[in-house]
Amino acid sequence: MATDTRVILICSGKGGVGKTTLTANLGISLARQGLATAVLDADFGLRNLDLLLGLENRIVYTAQEVLEEECRLDQALVKHKQESNLSLLPAGNPRMLDWIKPDDMKKIVNMLKDQFNYVLIDCPAGVEDGFKNAMAAAQEAIVVTNPEVSAVRDADRVIGLLNTNSIKPVKLVLNRVRPKMMANQEMLSIDDVTDILALPLLGLVLEDEQVIVSTNRGEPLTLNSLNSPAAKCYSNIAKRLQGEDIPFIDPAEENSGFAAKFRKLMQTKIF
Amino acid sequence: MTLRDIINKLLRRQPASASTARERLQLVLAHDRSDLSTELLDQMRREILEVVAKYVEIDMDEGAVSLETEDRMTALVANLPIKRTLNGQIKLIEPSQQQDVSPQTAESIDKNSQ
Repeated sequence: MATDTRVILICSGKGGVGKTTLTANLGISLARQGLATAVLDADFGLRNLDLLLGLENRIVYTAQEVLEEECRLDQALVKHKQESNLSLLPAGNPRMLDWIKPDDMKKIVNMLKDQFNYVLIDCPAGVEDGFKNAMAAAQEAIVVTNPEVSAVRDADRVIGLLNTNSIKPVKLVLNRVRPKMMANQEMLSIDDVTDILALPLLGLVLEDEQVIVSTNRGEPLTLNSLNSPAAKCYSNIAKRLQGEDIPFIDPAEENSGFAAKFRKLMQTKIF
Repeated sequence: MTLRDIINKLLRRQPASASTARERLQLVLAHDRSDLSTELLDQMRREILEVVAKYVEIDMDEGAVSLETEDRMTALVANLPIKRTLNGQIKLIEPSQQQDVSPQTAESIDKNSQ
């Protein structure tokens, strides 16, 4: 069906920066734009994408059974309840830890390419075998990081590996941005991170308590809390992926009133 | 330096931490990207100083060799204050002698002339 499927790796190096949340929300956003989207959980040791999408009870088969021809691909794909354009495919079962090889990943992604416009691969943390398997089938990548030294350092390692494996374009999503801390210069700025990592920015996501609420419910924010700050950020990222020219939000604008004006004044460069 | 930095300085408060984070990251990434440990870098620094010291008298303690990184390019930057030149005390090695000195150099000269 789809001839120009985009296969995008979502990776970070460090764990807990928001890869899986980004994958789930991008998946929903793209599906809402009418695009057939598959999210592939390549983190089968510690899989969580099913939980964030509220599909944890509906997994019967995984990519492993498909490869072993125990079931058909469409039996393993779990369609999202509300957003039928979105399907989840878990790569494997936590009980079977060492089955997958880079070639298996390529086979599965090739099968998905026939049916979907987008294949988003949720990468495991780390830079070892799990990452290398997930990377094998990807054409382009989104690196997720936080404005924080350890996350940026790990992202740099991952970018190095993506470069040596000729994956491009590689774009950056800066997650968990706290405008107030940035204004007080107690957090790396957006320019700091994009300069250090030398990557084009695909989007930034504001820190938002609603993210935790949405994971509690298993309903990604982009599904029905579109007014929350993070949800807007996620759907902007999805639109930019589709080539729309959406301006980046300015974290400084997120603070308003006198206090914000004062903080902005304090950022004035004297020399 | 921003207005906040100046006020912090006047009040003798700790500077805002973002600039510290930036500097620490730039340093650690320069090492990560080049895959050079501090020990190796130190060894290289000593050897570079030894070679330079054959030509000019330098301040061995002041000499700084560091890695700097910008736009995913890492550069080796050496800052070696010269105390005085050893003008006239060192002889230019003749090309014919050079070939005798090390076979490796001779080999690379051959390659270049081809």
